[in-house]
Order: sequence, then structure tokens, then C-alpha cells
Amino acid sequence: MTANGSPYAPHTDAETEAMLSAVGADSEEALFDIPEEVRFDDEFGIEARGERAVRTHVERTLGENDDLVEFLGRGHYDHYVPSMVDHLSQRSEFLTSYTQYQPEVAQGFLQALFEYQSMLVELTGLGVANCSMYDAASALGEAATLATRVRSVDGSRVLVPETIHEGRRGTLENYVGGHDVAVEEYPLADGNVDVDVLADTVDEETLLVYAENPTVRGTIEENLEAVGDIAEDNDALFVLGSDPVALALLEEPASVGADVVVGDAATLGLSTAYGMGLGLFACREEFLRQVPGRLVGAGEDATGRRAYTLTLQTREQHIRRERATSNICTNQAWVALRTAMHVAWLGPDGLVELAEDCVTRARDLAARLDEIGGVKAPIHDRHHFREFVVRTDQPAAAVAADLEADGYAVHVVDEHQVQVCATETNERAIDGFVDAFEVAAR
Amino acid sequence: MTDDPLTFDQARWTDDEDTYEPLLSEKNAESVAVDSSLPDDLTRDSVELPKLSEPELARHYTRLSEMNYGVESGPFPLGSCTMKYNPKFTEDVAAHPKAAVHPGRSERSTQGTLELQYRLQDYLGRIGGMDAVTLQPPAGAAGEFAGILVARAYHEANGDDRSEVVIPDSAHGTNFASAAMAGYDVVSLPSDDGRVDLEALEAALTDDTAALMLTNPNTLGLFERDIVEIAELVHDVGGLLYYDGANLNALLGRGRPGDMGFDVMHYNVHKTFATPHGGGGPGAGPVGVTEELAEFLPDPHVRKSDGDYELYAPENSIGKVHGYQGNWLVLVKAYAYIARLGDEGLSDASAKAVLNANYLAEQIDYEVPFEPFHHEFVASAGEQDAADVAKRMLDYGVHPPTTKWPEIVGEALMTEPTEIENRRTLDQLAAAFDAARADSDETLASAPERTAARRIDQVSAARNPRLSWRELDDE
Repeated sequence: MTANGSPYAPHTDAETEAMLSAVGADSEEALFDIPEEVRFDDEFGIEARGERAVRTHVERTLGENDDLVEFLGRGHYDHYVPSMVDHLSQRSEFLTSYTQYQPEVAQGFLQALFEYQSMLVELTGLGVANCSMYDAASALGEAATLATRVRSVDGSRVLVPETIHEGRRGTLENYVGGHDVAVEEYPLADGNVDVDVLADTVDEETLLVYAENPTVRGTIEENLEAVGDIAEDNDALFVLGSDPVALALLEEPASVGADVVVGDAATLGLSTAYGMGLGLFACREEFLRQVPGRLVGAGEDATGRRAYTLTLQTREQHIRRERATSNICTNQAWVALRTAMHVAWLGPDGLVELAEDCVTRARDLAARLDEIGGVKAPIHDRHHFREFVVRTDQPAAAVAADLEADGYAVHVVDEHQVQVCATETNERAIDGFVDAFEVAAR
Repeated sequence: MTDDPLTFDQARWTDDEDTYEPLLSEKNAESVAVDSSLPDDLTRDSVELPKLSEPELARHYTRLSEMNYGVESGPFPLGSCTMKYNPKFTEDVAAHPKAAVHPGRSERSTQGTLELQYRLQDYLGRIGGMDAVTLQPPAGAAGEFAGILVARAYHEANGDDRSEVVIPDSAHGTNFASAAMAGYDVVSLPSDDGRVDLEALEAALTDDTAALMLTNPNTLGLFERDIVEIAELVHDVGGLLYYDGANLNALLGRGRPGDMGFDVMHYNVHKTFATPHGGGGPGAGPVGVTEELAEFLPDPHVRKSDGDYELYAPENSIGKVHGYQGNWLVLVKAYAYIARLGDEGLSDASAKAVLNANYLAEQIDYEVPFEPFHHEFVASAGEQDAADVAKRMLDYGVHPPTTKWPEIVGEALMTEPTEIENRRTLDQLAAAFDAARADSDETLASAPERTAARRIDQVSAARNPRLSWRELDDE
């Protein structure tokens, strides 16, 4: 290795010299065919560091983050990820591999993705799941562009709940922006879809109706079937937002008429990771040729054995270019692998149990907070999943700031509302949290 | 004079004459009734999923991993993909518990995360010669989409209605798809001699041109020597110049898109900055822009104010291209890599990447029609079928090049060894090329034979799509 070279370029000086002479070049510089006027002969000013120094530096920098117990959700959740997931997903044959364009040498990852797709088919009841979008927001965006392709007549409206998470709404707007489609909101009634208003709002211009279960405010949606009917009556797609834990317990999307299910599948398999996710995308089989992203299918190899391969690739950008169903290439394959591992580790009983815990934890914590003077929890008279909105007589921002000073993080929803999320990862802090809440709410 | 190719036998776990490693569902699946405290009408009746013990799962996934080939298995000279070694320590850096805070946390309580974002924005800006960088796009294609949306917002802010994006026909498919997603018509530019033809470009550029998207060096590994004139032509009609960062590994410390007249660019951190590809993601596709375009970057953006870091929405932001702030853990790894290498390491990486490509091309018997290339070259398999050559190369223990693309070279073998290979490995790699070249057409057509699965019939798989184990059960 040359002094000051890349530690991951293994050439000795002698080797470099020999290779240069093999290609007939005097120097490494001579290999670059870059005109003088655009050559860079300055420095970036980035100092090289040793491995240990980088680790220390990044750890110190991240150490500036406060140590808080998070009671946070709003569409992005923290569940305990078993050690097995870390250890097995980090096997280098998985982690350092590429997209499976040579399936014969990538059977392992292809099968794991096929298993991931299959799990989502089981959980949604829909015929097809792709092997990932970037996150819940981009999956919703892709569902909207799918709607522009599969609907027999053009439409100009996409309807979303008024409470939709800003990241999902903003991303959706950019995805439909090239299609002359506008995103519009419909109101909720006590944390659920206001069915009457929705029925009056949906018309022949409506491409899709988006609803969530659970909603971003943690309520379990009780009107899914009605939403499905309204969408169907107007030839609009019914797109449902959910996640793999909720899907194991709540109504099966296919049975309430959902055409597409989107969401963040990384509620299993990944920590909150500062918002890094896994876009879940499943839909009815009739949309198969319009699905965005990669699909793994089962086929046969020359020995007649079942083998797996990326399939229906003519939908994708590398073949179809500007007429592709999406521009997505690199996706979240490795996160999908981890999510599948986590689902498998839980098994059906473990997953259902985890989901039921999401109901009881939210119910129990809300009941405890509701006993505090100046606090109402939950504000919606609904069943909840993981999280709920709390009304505080004190300004919500002040309550949240006091809680943060005590080591707890909650969401500020508006002037007198905070939102609280309970999972197994913060359960041991609940007693202290309730005590701190009592003080903060005074 | 090359060595013999490697010999290689990939692990192959077979259960019977019909399957390799069985599916989880075939090993054991159970249906459980859903028993809940919720009213019945809000819940499903049952869930059916695999049910296995942890030891069984560990074995299942270990076997699957053994039937998968990664950068640590052997050479991976996949053109356009920059399959570098992924330094182990970056995994540990990203595993730091404080890297994983919830995105809903207050700015006050996440100063460390914001500082790291700020520093990475700064590093990437220096490397690309760009004034402002967003980290939000979660992949290269998402970066293209964001970058073209920025271009669109810029034109709209100028009251300028433009409808076309010009793209050379040798570009990555994502360029065309991203431009279309942003609502543009695509104008394809012929590049018959391997580079942008200035006359053809001039003919394609009009008052309707929003942007020209360019990869430099291009997919043949050739540097667009006329880049200054190209930039002038595009700017003269009021268009913007977009840089596809897929091939940035050729330029580190040698040339910066920002100095060449590019207005917008994306970086592929899973290529240039060595974050693991993970079997197809997650990657990250930060976007850099000139000062003039900074006000259009996605929301939120990180800035420093009175010693504190804060998030804000740029004045005329395009809004969001991700629900939060992209693939953060991937970005942490990229930061660690850049901080490890520094100026000298980055510049050495591109020097060795270019040296390796030139050395490898020199060693192989296949013809390489276009030179002088940089970090990658496109060889022609000539009379052979490039796809079959690739299948045969698998038998020699290497991952083959990208095949049949770009189409300007017949039976293309698009090869990018990256800087991580030493001479001995390159000689073995060359031996694999030459062995495949010497093999008969019959041998090529029946390859591979040493991989877990033999040649897969992709046509039948597409004709009869079976995309979940449910569909297999129904057979």
C-alpha cells in the first residue's frame, strides 16, 4: 500500500509500477483523459484518519444526542429486533452482494426475498407483493402513479386523510406532480374516516382514496369496508396504509376491498434508524404488469429444480426507460431480508401476540395518563394501536419540553395535544414517564 | 501470460430432486386463530406463517447465504455498479445506538445527528464541487428524481415553461424514467462515436430544454472531453446540466462536476463511498447543486446557526422525496468511509480504479473498442453471446461484468474492477475472461454448472409468474 493511499486499495508501489508499465503509462495521472481546464488540482481539505480515530470521532459526534427514552411513533415505530436478525443479515454473502441479475449465483437472496413477498401476501390477502420500495411515503407515491395507469379514465384527484403525516403527503405530491393530479384532504370524525363526508367528496375525478389502519394518531379504523365501497362505486383505487405488526391482528386488507396496501414494513427488522424504512407494496393480482419495483418469481433451472429469479423485468427502468412503471432501481432489499427474518423469528403466534400487546399497552398507558389532572387520554373514543393523542390543559410544547428535560420524548401535535407511543422497547420506563407527565402537566 | 482461472463450487443445498433449500413455509407453517381484546369485527380470523425455532432459522439463513455471492466471495467487476469492498468498521459506526434516534425527536435533542448530516453535506459538496447538498434521496434514482424536480422548480420560478429533458442514448435507464416521472418528455441523443456528438446536441437543444442529463465518464468509461462546450451549449438555451454520479469513482480528486459546469448532481454512496449494496439496497443518493439552486432543495435541510444545528425548509423547496430524511444509517457509513480516506485516500481510490481497469483490459483477449477509458471499459464478446459468456464466468469463481449494455458495443461486457483488486486477483479475473473466450458455444450455452442453481429459464418464469408460496401451494 502506498503511503496515504486508500487502505482498501491493496497495491504495493512495486505492483503499481509494474501495472503502469504493463499498460504503457508513465504515471497514474497519465491515465486520466481530462482536459486541463476542468482538471481538479486543489484539495478537498478532508483529513484522512485512522479507523479507530473515525470511530471515536463519529461516536463523539453522535454522543451529542441527548439520551432520551422515546415514546414516539406517528407512522414510524421501534420494536425489539432479535439478535439473530443482526447476526445473520450481516453475513457478508448477503450484505455485500448486488441486485440478483445473475440468479444462478444469487439463489439465497432471491429465495429470502421470495419468502418476504410471500409473508406480505399472507398478511394482506392480496395476490402480489414487490420486494420493496424505499419507505411508506414513496410506496404511497407509487400507488398513486399506479392508479393513473390502471384506471380506465383519467382522474385529477387523490384523497388522503387530513391527518396524514407530512412526509407522506409531501412525497406523494411530488410523485403525482408530473401527472397533473392534485392531493386533497378529507376530514376525520373522532379519529376515524368521516364516511358521510367522504362519500360526498369522492367523484369520477378521484383516482384513489387513501386510508390508514392504524391511523397516524393511533386509532384503529372502524370504517374500512365503507371506504372500500365508496372507492369501488367511483372506480377509484382503495389504498390502505398499514404495517406488518398491525396486519397480523387487524382486518385483512383484501377482505375490506383494499386494492393496494402500502406502509413501512421496517417496523420489524430495523430500529427507528432516524426514519430509514422499508416501503411495503402489495396489490391485487390484476395489476401485476403495472407493479413498480422488483419482483422475485419461482421458475425452474436446467436440472428441473425450482429456482428463483427476478421476473417481469420489462416493467422496469433498465428495460422500459421512460415508459417504466417506476424509476426505482436500488431499493431496500437488505431491510426486506431483515424484516422477513424477524417475522420468521416471531412466528404467527409471536406476531399476533406482539400486535395484541400494541393494543393493550396503548390502552393501559392511556388509562394511567387519563388519571392525571389536566390531562385527557386518549382524546379519541376509539380503540388504539401502539399510540394515542393526549389533551393537556397546559400548552403541549411546554409539557413536551418538561418531559424532555426529564429524559422522555413525545410528539407535539398541536397547541394542547401531545402524542404518546408505547411498545416493548420503552415499557420499563413507563412508571417514571407517568410520574414525569404528572409533574409536567401541572 | 495469465494464470489459470479460479476453481469454484458454490454451496448447493438440495432437499430432493425438485427443490434446493426448502422454503420456510415448507419446513413448517402454522395457522393461528387471532384472539384479541378488540371487538371481532375489527380483527382478522387467523394468520398463517412459518413457525420454526431459532436454530432452524439460523441454519436456513446460513444456507441461503452460502448460496449467494458477495464482494467478499470474490471479484465483482460489474460495470456501472462500483462493487467495492465495504469496510467492516463502518458497520460498527452505524450500529452506534445514538445513530438510530427516532426522526420525530426535537432538534435540540439530536444535535449530534444534525452535526453529522451537516458535515456529510459539506464533505460531499467539496468532493463534487457543489455549493449545497441534500441527503434526503434514498437511492441514486431517487436522487435523479429530486434533482430533476429542482431543475423544474428553478425554471418555474423563472416563469419559464419547459417540457423536455435531453439524455444520451447510452445513459442509465433510470435517467429516462426519472425525467418522465417529473413530467418531462425525453429527447434521446445519439452518441455514435461513444461520446456526445456536439452537432446532434445542438440540434436537440431548444428553448424547451429543461436539462441535459449526463454521465461523465460515460457508460463506456470515456470522459466527455467537450464538457465545457457542452455546458455552454446547454446554458445558452437556458437549460441546466445534470450529472449522474454513477461513475464518480473515476474522478475523485481529479475533476469535479461543479467545475465542469454541472448545476445539479447526485452521488451514489453505495458505489463511490463503499456502503454495502445489501443485495439491491438500501443505498443513498444525495443531491448537490450550485448556489443558484440551493433554495429549491428538499425540506428539511440542515444548517448551522449560532453554533447550533437546525432543520429548515429552503425558501422555494421542492418539498419531500422521502418520508423522513432518507437512508440515514447508510449515510453514516458513507461519512465514516470519507473520513477514513481523506483527500489522499479518495484520490488514490480513483487512481487505482482507473489503473485496474486499464490493466485488466490489457490482460484479456476480448476486444475493447472504445478508449481511453477510465474506471470501466466495455469489451465485446464478438461472435459469442455476452450473456452466455457471463454465465460461464460464474463457473470460474468471479461475478461477471454487466452484459449487453451499452448497446453501442456488440455483445457488451461492461467491466469495472474498482480499486480493491490487486494484480494477482486481476490476473485471475483475466484468466476467467480468457477461459470463457476459449470455451465452445455449447459449453457457454449450458453454463453455469458450479453455482448453486444451474441455468434458470427466465422466459418460463415470466410467462407463468409465481410470486409467493401460496401460488406454489396451489399447484
